[in-house]
Amino acid sequence: MEYIIEMLNITKEFPGIKANDNVTLRLRKGEIHALLGENGAGKSTLMSILFGLYRPDEGVIRIRGEEVDIANPNVANSYGIGMVHQHFKLVENFTVTENIILGIEPRKSWGRIDIQTAAKRVEDISKKYSLSVDPHAKIRDITVGMQQRVEILKMLYRDAEILIFDEPTATITPQEIDELMKIMKSLVAHGKSILLITHKLSEIKKVSDRCSVLRKGRYVGTVDTIDTTEKQMAEMMVGREISFKVDKKNSEPGDVTLSIKNLSVKNNRKFNLINNLSLEVRAGEILCISGVDGNGQSELVEAITGLRKIEGGTISLCGKDLSHRSIRERTLAGVGYIPEDRHKHGLVLDFNLEENLALQTYFQAPLAKRGIIDFDERNKMSERLIDEFDVRCNNRSSTIVRSMSGGNQQKAIIAREIDRSPALLIAAQPTRGLDIGAIEYIHKRLVEERDAGKAVLLISFEMEEVLNLSDRIAVIYEGEIMGIVDADKTNENELGLMMAGIREGGAL
Amino acid sequence: MINYLRAYISDVKNHKILIPIIAVVMGFLLGSLIILLSKENPWYLYKALIQSVFGVNFDNLGTDRPAFSIRRVGEYFVYVMPITLTGLSVAFAFRTGLFNIGAEGQLIMGAFAATALGIYLDYPAYILLPTVIMGGTLAGAAWGFIPGYLKARFNVHEVVVTIMLNYAAMYITNFLLKMLPGSDSLKTVGLNSGALLSSDFLAMLTSNSRLHYGFIVVIAAIVIFWFIINKTTFGYELKAVGFNIHATEYAGMKSRRNAALAMSIAGAFSGLAGVILVSGTFGYGRVLSHFENYGFDGIAVALIGGSTAVGSLLGALLLGALKASQPIMQGDGISKSITIIIYASIIVFIAIRKHISKILVKMGRTD
Repeated sequence: MEYIIEMLNITKEFPGIKANDNVTLRLRKGEIHALLGENGAGKSTLMSILFGLYRPDEGVIRIRGEEVDIANPNVANSYGIGMVHQHFKLVENFTVTENIILGIEPRKSWGRIDIQTAAKRVEDISKKYSLSVDPHAKIRDITVGMQQRVEILKMLYRDAEILIFDEPTATITPQEIDELMKIMKSLVAHGKSILLITHKLSEIKKVSDRCSVLRKGRYVGTVDTIDTTEKQMAEMMVGREISFKVDKKNSEPGDVTLSIKNLSVKNNRKFNLINNLSLEVRAGEILCISGVDGNGQSELVEAITGLRKIEGGTISLCGKDLSHRSIRERTLAGVGYIPEDRHKHGLVLDFNLEENLALQTYFQAPLAKRGIIDFDERNKMSERLIDEFDVRCNNRSSTIVRSMSGGNQQKAIIAREIDRSPALLIAAQPTRGLDIGAIEYIHKRLVEERDAGKAVLLISFEMEEVLNLSDRIAVIYEGEIMGIVDADKTNENELGLMMAGIREGGAL
Repeated sequence: MINYLRAYISDVKNHKILIPIIAVVMGFLLGSLIILLSKENPWYLYKALIQSVFGVNFDNLGTDRPAFSIRRVGEYFVYVMPITLTGLSVAFAFRTGLFNIGAEGQLIMGAFAATALGIYLDYPAYILLPTVIMGGTLAGAAWGFIPGYLKARFNVHEVVVTIMLNYAAMYITNFLLKMLPGSDSLKTVGLNSGALLSSDFLAMLTSNSRLHYGFIVVIAAIVIFWFIINKTTFGYELKAVGFNIHATEYAGMKSRRNAALAMSIAGAFSGLAGVILVSGTFGYGRVLSHFENYGFDGIAVALIGGSTAVGSLLGALLLGALKASQPIMQGDGISKSITIIIYASIIVFIAIRKHISKILVKMGRTD
């Protein structure tokens, strides 16, 4: 069997942690090879080594049987290794072609860029792999799925033979995911080789030929995908049995907690993204806003929490009008918020855990009296939450939050928000980038809140999470609710159509 | 022993203390090296420093001339006091994520207010002195509020505004100072005695240095700084804003209002520095032809002191020593620029503290 890449017995150590411990990865020519592992399992380190960003402490890399030393990313490129990043690296107001040739612009006389030749070549490649990308379209005018295809084109334009896809399905619709999988198949049919980094088992099962699993920096094994069930792969990944189903009873919805009527909100470009949106969330239910990223989810959440001014309509919580109240007033009225971007909005990373746990309540008794902080009370609160929510940290309350893992940072936020016992808990992508263990825990906590009679508003892009965790699902498209369905009476296909802008139960 | 030392230097927790010490030592080593390169004797640098801080003159040891001068010690503290306050001013803004380059102008406004109040009003010290101190502090605070408000309301960058306000403060107060009764083109008349911080007692103790009661004001300011930053919810908010303004907005803090307030408080510290210059050091108002750099020295002080209260004091003691030793070392043929090189390089070493921290961790590893 011919291997195009062999990474043999790679070990890479950082101060205090072995990121890769004797890891072996062999990619056959013309296969789709999945690299599976939880966060912190060492996937990124391994890929960074392949890409020349790190040097391995031990082990050898062979490309097409030849031992190589990849000193920097340029060397990696020269061996035909290309990477499609999770977050696209595109210039919004450039055309597709301009983006693709960036850095290697073909020239004609007087140093002018030869855009025609380039566009022609882009079109040819696009046709060859059926990517259907218009070389003259501007990036800002095309869909996210198409932008991803531009990233792929970028690699192909540079004659990449080995394509690394880093979590490629995080931000696209189910239909676009299917499309992407077809493209990946077509790429390998043309002799390319693909490394797919992901933690989504269903995709691995669908598209890949083989799958290598890493756990805590160690190599667990490589399996043929066709002979392995998703459950088996998950167990290899986490090292124990896990359940996919969120364990929950039927919901018992009570009174309306959050009521949004005819809401209009502008986005950052001063464009009325949300128009006339109405929505209700009841006590004791989890309502999920589902949709492709960028269709108004963030703006809606910011309008509810008070981070964004509203242009029209009303927002009320338990009958109390909050439309124009300050953030603090809303917090006190019972809005809890687990933000989408925990580093930017959820935490002060350079504060310690105790200070972060106090971020919403630091000014209230018993944490402070007349503006003076009661450090004993604050520490007591912090120690209690650390135990109650099982936040793992080196130095208990005085751990600097920056040094904690993503899952434990998220647990800290959840501890802080749930401990205030808010009537409405908004959870924006609460499990993004977390490993299965942490996801399980967070789902359990959200269901507990629901069972305690709180209203939970969930924003999620993960189909599995949407279907498993929520009681009702509202699909949002370009700032409008396309339809609201019961989670147990719908499927991926119906939701996918609504996400693409087709109303519930109807044609266009 | 070696292992203990390794463990100590590689523990990031100790770096807060260790790195400033390393920076200072490296700064002095670099300074000494430059003196050596210019074919002079580095000893003169240290001799000058010791003489200006402790008053001990090694040249006079064993001769008939006095080997110890307490007056120098007094003058040393006279210089340390205002830059401690401007250091606190810059440090306070730093903690909120703001860069206060305007300490110079805030100091000038504070000095002017103290001068005007001290000349126009004539009451006993127990009324007039608090009035003068409050007046100067408020003037500095008002001058700091302008960039703070512009930042909060219109998101105008505070660096631009404070730099311009420094000039505005100097030229406006020069104009106004000359209009005060009895002023000539260089200075005003002396303040009424009730407005003075100077003290015959302290002067007598330090054989006629200008040492004054301003040190009480300085100590109070240090305590107030420490209390606000470390003990109050307001300080907690300010620090949070300094680290991550997005998270504070999400947590419902009035981050913008806090920014404006923080600049006012920073201005208050600088204004206070102006007060002790006028009613302590000089006793009259001075028409300035150029900046005296107390405010800019405050930036250096805050950087060396890690933007903490006690750190600012230590930074000021260090910078004050370097400044006070300049005339002495020049007498021995060493350029005073050496002192500037030393504290500039200390700041550079502080600025690369993350890298130094990494090196220390590496050095401490036993493998």
